[in-house]
Amino acid sequence: MSLDPQPPATGPEVGADEWVARHAHRREYLPSWLGVAQRAVERVGWWPRLALVALAGAALPALGLGGFQVQVGIDTMEVALLAVGLNIVVGWAGILDLGYVAFLGFGGYAFALLSSSQLGGAGVHLPAILSIPVVMVAAALLGLLVGWPSRRLIGDYLAIVTLFFGEAFVEFTNNVAPGVLGGPNGIVGIDPIHSFAVSLTSNVSYYYLLVIVLVAAMAVLRLLENSRTGRAWRAVREDPLAAASMTIPVNRVKLMAFAFGAMVAALTGTIFAAQQISVFPTDFDTPFLILIYAALILGGAGSIAGAATGAVVVMVIYDGLLRNATYSGYVFYLLIALTLVAKVRPWRRLGVVLAALVAFGLALRAIVGAISASAVAGAPASTGWLGTALRDWVVIPANSTGAGDWGYVLLICLLIALVQVKGVWRTALMVPAIYVGAFVWETKLAANPAITREIMIGAILIVMMNARPQGLLGTRRVEVVT
Amino acid sequence: MGFFFQELVNGITTGALYSLIALGFSMVYGVLKLLNFAHGDLYMVGAFIGYFVIQWFGGPQGLKVPVPLLLVIMFVLSAGLVGGLGVAIERFAYRPLRDAPRIAPLITAIGISFLLENSALLLVGAQYRVYNTPDFIKFSSGIQIGSVSIDSVQITVVVLGLALMVGLRLLVNRTRLGKQMRAVSADREAAEMLGINVNLTIAATFFLGSALAGVAGVMAGLLFNQVNNTIGFIAGLKAFTAAVVGGIGSLPGAMLGGLLIGIAESFITGYLSSTYTNLFVFALLILVMLVRPSGLFGRAQLQKV
Repeated sequence: MSLDPQPPATGPEVGADEWVARHAHRREYLPSWLGVAQRAVERVGWWPRLALVALAGAALPALGLGGFQVQVGIDTMEVALLAVGLNIVVGWAGILDLGYVAFLGFGGYAFALLSSSQLGGAGVHLPAILSIPVVMVAAALLGLLVGWPSRRLIGDYLAIVTLFFGEAFVEFTNNVAPGVLGGPNGIVGIDPIHSFAVSLTSNVSYYYLLVIVLVAAMAVLRLLENSRTGRAWRAVREDPLAAASMTIPVNRVKLMAFAFGAMVAALTGTIFAAQQISVFPTDFDTPFLILIYAALILGGAGSIAGAATGAVVVMVIYDGLLRNATYSGYVFYLLIALTLVAKVRPWRRLGVVLAALVAFGLALRAIVGAISASAVAGAPASTGWLGTALRDWVVIPANSTGAGDWGYVLLICLLIALVQVKGVWRTALMVPAIYVGAFVWETKLAANPAITREIMIGAILIVMMNARPQGLLGTRRVEVVT
Repeated sequence: MGFFFQELVNGITTGALYSLIALGFSMVYGVLKLLNFAHGDLYMVGAFIGYFVIQWFGGPQGLKVPVPLLLVIMFVLSAGLVGGLGVAIERFAYRPLRDAPRIAPLITAIGISFLLENSALLLVGAQYRVYNTPDFIKFSSGIQIGSVSIDSVQITVVVLGLALMVGLRLLVNRTRLGKQMRAVSADREAAEMLGINVNLTIAATFFLGSALAGVAGVMAGLLFNQVNNTIGFIAGLKAFTAAVVGGIGSLPGAMLGGLLIGIAESFITGYLSSTYTNLFVFALLILVMLVRPSGLFGRAQLQKV
């Protein structure tokens, strides 16, 4: 019998009392108007949403997007598939698998061997309808093997073993049997995906294949999520001991998570290899793993839709926008504006910050310009109206590389300070921090997009874990304190 | 036989280096139960600090200060700055997550590692920076025993490494701070109830561990002569292996594990081929994990219900 007149809509979570549950329920939504939009989306059911997104995805090439955008779309959907697969292991079963990218590599290499002239004299050229299932089953077995230590090892220890499995895979493909695996030169000349009379040769055909595969994978995983196995995974994640005493076979359930995750990764690997026509050891190294993790963490571990959304957000910024200084400038300033709107309350304070920001920049620029003309002689990296707007606001010296380096260090210090202080000091510190951010962007970051996007991936992991560990669409986990 | 002993000497030198990194890693694991993936990157930062100190004092050919003084400045500055960086990382990224699910600080640590590696790429570029150690520490200034030659850089590394390990052992076993560190490591909440300043103790642990990584970075620069932004990752993996082989959280274990890895690596490179060294180290780690997860010196973890 509850004393509270309003029980939470979702019912109390296991291990949390009702007040915590309601509080957690409120916190599940994004702040301010983002949360309103989120609730509106939630009113449409899961399956209609999937259908709508699939239709939208299929319609994109018809809008006349060029080759570059299609390539970005292919990369995005590959990462989405991987994030959805990683979600099984990390999000549902709660196992930190740091060797996940090796399963992608295994799929790629296995497909390459089965559909190129690499093996034997004439090589093996199996049709995809045979080779892909073979590769997936083999990957599932490999997943069982890699997951085997999970019977004895838990938590960090298992994470280390999987990390080293991933590293060993890269070393293995680099050094062992160079006649077959090609060493650092990889395997080139892989057949396209072909079965019967159909052969996928154009990028657009791979785009459609990926739309179909991704939607199918999401649908299957959605059914799996609420199945007996899916519920067992989450039970094991929350408390293995309690799950075991409820007669859930904990070890078998963990191994299944590894096998399913490996299967999805290997499937992605086959498409990846066929679309690229080549595989190299460096394709499957740690940076790619971290990219997949960033997608999953940003979207929200534990949620299929979250994993896919995270992949789209990360990849569109990473692969699509951070290649062109003007586009990336829009993204950068838009992100700052979004953060300000979502985080600075009340509106009056937001107005004060913005006004102070403009005044600060104009004043600083005027003062520095009066002291030394060469200190303001440089031009911002952004072009177009953004560049014109920034020209009189941000101080850019004629030779800006060294200043940009020091600015970067200063920016990191300011950001750390910003997190540490509270109240009015935080508001006050925000102004120089954003200004230095803009300065570093214009002098250093916009000119090095390849590095900037990697830094962004690292920052996503840190910021999300500290600010919103459940990700954009994930559900908050209530940890039972023992 | 000469070749054998030469390889042994080389192995001990690299082993001392790995031991230092593994020590810091193991210390942090001890107090926070966190695998600090960023530890290898702190070592990379230390190596760069050493490089810039050489440049500030006139470069390897035209040094403006005597070599011993230069070495002292390099080691002290690197230890101090990298230690400070470690404390800042702990304060900024790990402390808010102390009571979060275990997976959260791990992922944050991966993010920090990636951020440090790419920040270094942004600030100093991808090309290798060269210490040019032979220009100011002559190879001939070492000892020659039969056909085995030990150059003075190797002597410096081993002697300094040993001194630091002994010092650390004394600090952990004999001082008040060491006692606090052991208490926090054993049970953080109980330590807090007994009036130990847990935050300060953890910060001090991070400072010491990171400072050791900084010193190891300078040593690596002197020994291997070249540094770039990616050296941290692979060194971090080797240090993980050393710490795990010795028993994670155990300081003597980390020292011995580092030496073992260094010597094994040196023999594999000498007698087999350098292509398989990394593969061997990784395989060794996986094997140790499967057979004896608590390592040589670790105690098996009991899971409390």
